[in-house]
Amino acid sequence: MSFFKSTCAVIALVTLTAPAIAETPEERGFAIAERNDLSDAGFATSTVELTMTLADPSGRTTTRELRIDTREKEGEGNGDRSVTVFYSPRDVEGTALLTHSRVLESDDQWLYLPALRRTKRISSSNKSGPFVGSEFAFEDIAGAELGKYAYTYLETVSEEIAGETLELDKLECIPAYERSGYSKIHCYFDTDVFQARKFVFFDRGGQELKTLELADYRQYDEAYWRAHRQTMTNHITGKSTVLAFEDYAFGVDLDERDFEPEALERL
Amino acid sequence: MSAVPALAQSFDFRPEVGVEVRLFPDDPQFDDQFDTAQGSLVLTGEGRWRSRDRDTRILFEPLVRIDSRDAERTYFDIREASISREINRDWDVLVGVSQVFWGVAESRNVVDMINQFDTVEDVDEGEKLGQPMIRLSRRGDIGTLEAYYLPFFRERLFPGRDGRLRTEPTTSNDVARYERGGDEWAGDFALRYTNRFGGFDLGLHGFYGTSRNPRLDFNPATGELEPFYPELSQGGVDIQWTSEAWLLKGEAVVGNMLGETLVSAVGGFEYTFFDVSGSGWDVGVIGEYLYDDRDQSLLPNTLFENDVFLGTRITLNDIQDTEFLAGAIIDDQTGGVFASAEFQRRIGDNMLLEIEARFFAAEDDPFIAALEADDNLLIRLTRYF
Repeated sequence: MSFFKSTCAVIALVTLTAPAIAETPEERGFAIAERNDLSDAGFATSTVELTMTLADPSGRTTTRELRIDTREKEGEGNGDRSVTVFYSPRDVEGTALLTHSRVLESDDQWLYLPALRRTKRISSSNKSGPFVGSEFAFEDIAGAELGKYAYTYLETVSEEIAGETLELDKLECIPAYERSGYSKIHCYFDTDVFQARKFVFFDRGGQELKTLELADYRQYDEAYWRAHRQTMTNHITGKSTVLAFEDYAFGVDLDERDFEPEALERL
Repeated sequence: MSAVPALAQSFDFRPEVGVEVRLFPDDPQFDDQFDTAQGSLVLTGEGRWRSRDRDTRILFEPLVRIDSRDAERTYFDIREASISREINRDWDVLVGVSQVFWGVAESRNVVDMINQFDTVEDVDEGEKLGQPMIRLSRRGDIGTLEAYYLPFFRERLFPGRDGRLRTEPTTSNDVARYERGGDEWAGDFALRYTNRFGGFDLGLHGFYGTSRNPRLDFNPATGELEPFYPELSQGGVDIQWTSEAWLLKGEAVVGNMLGETLVSAVGGFEYTFFDVSGSGWDVGVIGEYLYDDRDQSLLPNTLFENDVFLGTRITLNDIQDTEFLAGAIIDDQTGGVFASAEFQRRIGDNMLLEIEARFFAAEDDPFIAALEADDNLLIRLTRYF
């Protein structure tokens, strides 16, 4: 009886671990990223207001207030759709950016300039350039769709992030899209609720360039996790950008028409 | 439905105060024109309200300009005073005074014709007067259709006898004549269709009403030019193709005025070098060709008959949103040139500095000749409250 039981246990163990043994670091890396992606599935729509604080090494700061509406991806090859509206500084109030992100093709983007009432389709080729003067590049704020990176599992580490000690899967993420400013990114996902906690960006020369820490995670509707404080630090310039999010609202009444270019002038 | 965040539904009016000086280095060309410097105070602001469900929106934007040298440039306008409401998701209705932009080009938008241009504010067709309208929009799976009724016509404003950047002889304000019965109350109608297909953004329009651009007729009794606004029927198309860093653009209209058929078109490209050498700077290069086949002796005139536009846009993507724009329109038949350079940069959180330089060289161009001594430099500082 005990033999049978232990045999069963051994078989069960072999069955459970067999895929892991056959799994390459690439497959394991992809599985971790996919697990993170799936943890977010089904949120449908969300809206959130945030304050972006830009700081230089001498401590001078300037802030921008913005709102981001997001509609979850539909269909293969598509990413999420989002509208980012600026409330401040005042001279750019009402400026809005609509993004239809895609996995492998380039994104579609439209910019609304309120002074001219003009909606302009813009090139989405700008990946490495700064987003509104911040330490976030356009590629950092674009949707982190699964197929955009090649993942390799490196190790599991224990690290303190924003005062919280976490067990983290560390992956090497290599951008699969063109014109990235990064040779690679070290991506850290926690092993508890599978959320992104840290990214370390390496420039094209392989030098450590920036670190993004995601903290103050809160769960909504017993399902969706959102970081409410994101801190990007540039190690070369000493500048930093902090995104401080208000509460998210999920299931807001935003349909596909609200993510078309015609909607921008009606915001 | 979840609550909409607080910022979106706050109601407020936020004033803006602009102080500007416009410098003319050359002596004036015509009698009575002021010399050297022109100061202006611009009072404006924006009031905004949005309902909790985001379906209803009110916008209010008045403007007052007080000019030190040209009485005709001291004026008040309602740039925007509109209420719009979304109905049953797909319908949207707007009533009030509003501004509309149509087009894709950078040098000039031949399809952009709902609003009257504010030509005392700026000579480059960049500023517009508010237009009273009722607009009904239907958004569907095969694009967006908008129907406009424009009950009241806005006359173009012309600088006074003291002013620079004017015609010679001067053009009289408030004596406009119209071809259509009802004058400025004749009412205009327009239809606009927009859609996108992959990398293409398409717009089509039809218009029936009064031409925004007047013919200027000399009145021997007063010795002044007087605007005459003919009836205009027009159809047009604007299309942009976006692929990676390339934007290819085209706009064309075919119109009928005073028994004459005219074609106006503009087309070209914009290419942007992003994050040049890792500096964060974007450098855009723009090339366009402008075409217009109208009979200038019969119809309202245009400066842009057969012209090449070359320009650049440099965006620093810094905290102050520093931007530099420069361009020149060159008439390939007369050699006339209209060139412009603009710089803007935010100072602190609540101030914007703008510097604009304009340059005119007439050569054999009769329409630029009146402006030839009016090269100018504008410095404007705007404080937002």
